[in-house]
Amino acid sequence: MIRSEILKEIAPIIRDHLVVCNIGLPSQELHLIDDQPTNFYMLGTMGLSSSIGFGLALSQDKPVISIDGDGSVLTNLGTLPTIANNETGNYTLLIIDNGSYGSTGDQPTYAGQKTSLAAVAVACGCENVIEVQDKDLGPVLQAAIDSDEMTVIVCKCDSGNIKLPVITLDPVVIRHRFMEAVKS
Amino acid sequence: MNIDKKIVDDFVANEISFVTTVPCKQLAGVIQEVEERDSIFHIPSNKEDEGMGLCAGAFMGGKRPAIIMQNTAIGVTINTLATLTQFYRMPLPMIISYRGELREPVACQVEMAVHTKALLAQMNIPTYHFHWQSDVKEFDNILKYTFMCNKPVAILTDANFWGGYGDQ
Repeated sequence: MIRSEILKEIAPIIRDHLVVCNIGLPSQELHLIDDQPTNFYMLGTMGLSSSIGFGLALSQDKPVISIDGDGSVLTNLGTLPTIANNETGNYTLLIIDNGSYGSTGDQPTYAGQKTSLAAVAVACGCENVIEVQDKDLGPVLQAAIDSDEMTVIVCKCDSGNIKLPVITLDPVVIRHRFMEAVKS
Repeated sequence: MNIDKKIVDDFVANEISFVTTVPCKQLAGVIQEVEERDSIFHIPSNKEDEGMGLCAGAFMGGKRPAIIMQNTAIGVTINTLATLTQFYRMPLPMIISYRGELREPVACQVEMAVHTKALLAQMNIPTYHFHWQSDVKEFDNILKYTFMCNKPVAILTDANFWGGYGDQ
């Protein structure tokens, strides 16, 4: 499965939850598949999906899912010790690991070579780390959201993209409707 | 006057309850003061752009955030300031240790100091420079201004403001 197929499959699971979605194609795909006010689309700032989602999870009680990519986590690897050492049970970090920088033309990442992000997360102190194959993600993600434990999921999948338009929503509109959804 | 206490008192008075920090020798006292306050959640960051991401999330979660960092961080965070904090119009008070200014003992710090105000000006970031201890009186107004206009705002605090480096 490629990332867009995974997002299509998990859309019903994450629909009612606060989602911070990674820059580029992941946000464009989620926007196309199931646009929701509970989705915060990153239009820039590669690497910070996990940090934005974690700050949100620490600041209110609803479950938060950060959808991140292997390349983006490698950009902001310092996020993993921060998350591990400030654990909050309402947070799930979903790393869709296709071993490539998808939005820039599928150049290979180190996560697709010798580096295991799951092992890195464990070494950083994350206590509940699950590596899962794409087709098995749904139940694992649902269980992570339902549990009171913070979970890092590394979902291994194929590299590949679909053609789709950029998001033309104004960033302030994205932020405003998201904040209204957080409050509701 | 205890500057550390005054700064954190103003945080509390302005309902700032989420503070991320990247350390600097000058900032050790204020970071310690943040850590000791019950009404503030203190989360150290490994890098300043990570910290700005945490603050963006906290703001959207209903908290008022702030970041404490060195001016070298301006070199690290230009992209985050432009494409996250400014693009989505989020408030962020940035208490910045202005290394490389008068009474600085480390020459390399001057290399970023000479760019600091120019970079902030280029970014259209409102910038205040605390040189004398009495300048801290303005801090409460600066915090109110930041959350009024939903912008990142820089408060540069130099060595003279913090009382120098002692014997270093």
